[in-house]
Amino acid sequence: MTAPRDKFGRPIVVVTGMGIVTSLGGGKTDNWKRLSAGESGIKTVTRFPLDSLKTTMAGAVDFVTVDPFSSTSLSQRLAEIATEEALEQSGIGSKGDFPGPLFLAVAPIETEWPQRLEIAREVPTKDFGIIDYLATCSGGKFAHFHRRFTFGSVALHLAETFGTKGSPISLSTACASGATAIQLGVEAIRRGETDATLCVATDGSVNPEAMVRFSLLSALSTQNDPPQGASKPFSKNRDGFVMAEGAGALVLESYEAAMARGARILGVVAGCGELTDSFHRTRSAPDGKPAIGCVRKTLADAGMEPEQIDHINAHGTSTPENDKMEYLATSAVFGEHTKNIPVSSNKSMVGHTISAAGAVEAIFSLLTLEHQRIPPTINYEVPDPAIPFDVVGNKARDAKVTAVMSNSFGFGGQNASLILTREPA
Amino acid sequence: MAEKEVWITGVGLLSSLGEGLDAHWQALGEKRVNADDKRLAPYVIHPIAPVSFDAQIPKKGDQRQMETWQRIGTYAAGLALDSAGVKGNQEILSRMDMIIAAGGGERDLNVDLAIMNADAQGKLPPALLNEKLMNELRPTLFLAQLSNLLAGNIAIVHGVCGTSRTFMGEEASSIDAARIAVARIGAGQSDIALVGAAHNGDRGDLLMLYSFGDFALKDQYAPVWARRNHPGFAIGSAGAFLVMESREHAEARGAKPYARLTKVVADLAKRKQPGAVTKSLQTMWPQLGVSNDNAVLITGATGAEPATAEEREFLGQHPGLAVRATGTTFGHTMEAQFPLGLALAALSISRGALYPANDPTGLEVEKTAAPTQIVVLGVGHWQGEGMALVEAVK
Repeated sequence: MTAPRDKFGRPIVVVTGMGIVTSLGGGKTDNWKRLSAGESGIKTVTRFPLDSLKTTMAGAVDFVTVDPFSSTSLSQRLAEIATEEALEQSGIGSKGDFPGPLFLAVAPIETEWPQRLEIAREVPTKDFGIIDYLATCSGGKFAHFHRRFTFGSVALHLAETFGTKGSPISLSTACASGATAIQLGVEAIRRGETDATLCVATDGSVNPEAMVRFSLLSALSTQNDPPQGASKPFSKNRDGFVMAEGAGALVLESYEAAMARGARILGVVAGCGELTDSFHRTRSAPDGKPAIGCVRKTLADAGMEPEQIDHINAHGTSTPENDKMEYLATSAVFGEHTKNIPVSSNKSMVGHTISAAGAVEAIFSLLTLEHQRIPPTINYEVPDPAIPFDVVGNKARDAKVTAVMSNSFGFGGQNASLILTREPA
Repeated sequence: MAEKEVWITGVGLLSSLGEGLDAHWQALGEKRVNADDKRLAPYVIHPIAPVSFDAQIPKKGDQRQMETWQRIGTYAAGLALDSAGVKGNQEILSRMDMIIAAGGGERDLNVDLAIMNADAQGKLPPALLNEKLMNELRPTLFLAQLSNLLAGNIAIVHGVCGTSRTFMGEEASSIDAARIAVARIGAGQSDIALVGAAHNGDRGDLLMLYSFGDFALKDQYAPVWARRNHPGFAIGSAGAFLVMESREHAEARGAKPYARLTKVVADLAKRKQPGAVTKSLQTMWPQLGVSNDNAVLITGATGAEPATAEEREFLGQHPGLAVRATGTTFGHTMEAQFPLGLALAALSISRGALYPANDPTGLEVEKTAAPTQIVVLGVGHWQGEGMALVEAVK
């Protein structure tokens, strides 16, 4: 039997349950089938009018509906579905009684347009200002909007539904949020505070204002036709990311606790690392130092050498800058070994699930380890010569995979990486 | 393994009372309150004191990329780093961890109101919403709004670059920020951390959310404990930041502590049941290890009900406590509620005195002896509860 502690004497953190929803479908089975077949979940948006928008496609999750619609309610529902799947697989605790804390990655919340306008129509004054508007907001008629649009509302709902313990944490580290949720869970188990944590990341942000905002930052692809062709990480003609929705949920446990209850171990979170980039609000330091430091910290946290990583699940957003920077950082750390590492970006198929991406991609990394098959980076027709990664282009590749590095690099200088392995070292 | 002792070695405060520790100490001693019932009448708010942001945010370009809440936070963070003596210390800043509690930033109210009025008058077909947003939103406004961009700005302006995590969820987010930072330092996962939050109360757009639930104080200012028949919170403005570090780390660099942060606990009471907040506070209290029933308690009690009444019930069971409500002086600073309490506790311990009571109802009593233990209490207006114990370093 392997020792239940890692080489630093910390409890080993294993994954015993996973749940996922993306534009490819609900659940691990469907997602893996379509992901490894190289299918795209990106479609022309049908949820709202597209007039005046430069970008008209997204990886929206339209097969899950909430009524009345709000991105917050959709995020909550996606998180719920993913969590149910993860808990069922894990078999931990009992219904409505999860024996540990909740770490939730969720997009910042505010009152959304349909609700703003619903109130506006009830303001009695013509040409109203904010005070008239606030008078209509108050009085109790819209009390449910307070419940819906407080920042803590999604976590409150999940904590009540699944009976997680203590104060649930909602967090945002932009595109790294999902990885941060996992990292917080890992740290709590390593501190010995708890034997189990529920780490959930969700995003249901495909709405007009969110698309406009990212569009105004010139972050989104405008290659709308065909929509499935828009997200092309590492290609020379990539022009931005594609917004997408989804959720990922992971049950983390100490190896000891998981073994004690005879749980099936799906994989190990061997290391996590984080390093902030202070260069610019939306751009990375040109020398890649923060991302390099992030990857190095992650290797050090796992106690692993670069040569032990045999696959990188890239952040690979398909923005001109990110993909270039990711190669720069990777090659700086991995040196000659870089060319031996197959690299792939799930975002070519599911789009960028933003707050959820870190968890969604950690789950895809664990499925890669389970199936010993690396999902492809689709739309890889015109490789960018400046990014000489061994990209797993267009078709899945069978490979021996023992340790995957999953990267998340986001706005605001947020860099986080995870190393996932099949077996406890 | 024994947990490491956590010290508060830096405190940064910018609020409706002014900036810096001396200014706050003096204002608290004079029982000064800066409330405004005209600016957003009938709502009562506590606007930020006039400040030139240049002292902590030297580049105008940086200031332009931020909205007021981020400027307040970045400024207060700078004050905290100064006070800890680590400002500009690349070696320390590059590995300093950061946990920020944040809501969202200011919206462009003019754009919003124009769209809402157009819609109310039937002049906004659905397709036009996109056009208005595309043409009228400033591209950089997004970055001024995103919750994690307060941390982003602190990294850019001050170079705090170890790790960066932003917690959200109103009051509870800042309790958890302190709790996680203390747990990480205690367990040796972190040596030094910057923890804090910022809030700008001078925002009509922000009042929307709290108007839905009728939480905002209207018409007339009153001290928190005197709002029983006219409940509500007056939205406050503050940036409150703390540098926390392990005792070893502080001693190795010769840093002086303001106080020790011994324990932080948090809870999520099931508030659908009446009395749940009181019960939650009763359950947390023994976990703190308060040895003296004549200790001090600084609470962020909001004045909103029923949370404040339930908190008062708990306080009534500890009649020996010298209580101070930050809400009376600063208003309710939401995510900054808890770090503000921690900052005032650390300040009081370091000055060897508790500032005077400011309460016509008599719940707050004077205390002349130097405080050695101060409990900081945070009860969310809607969800989330927590407590911390701040002590004099032995």
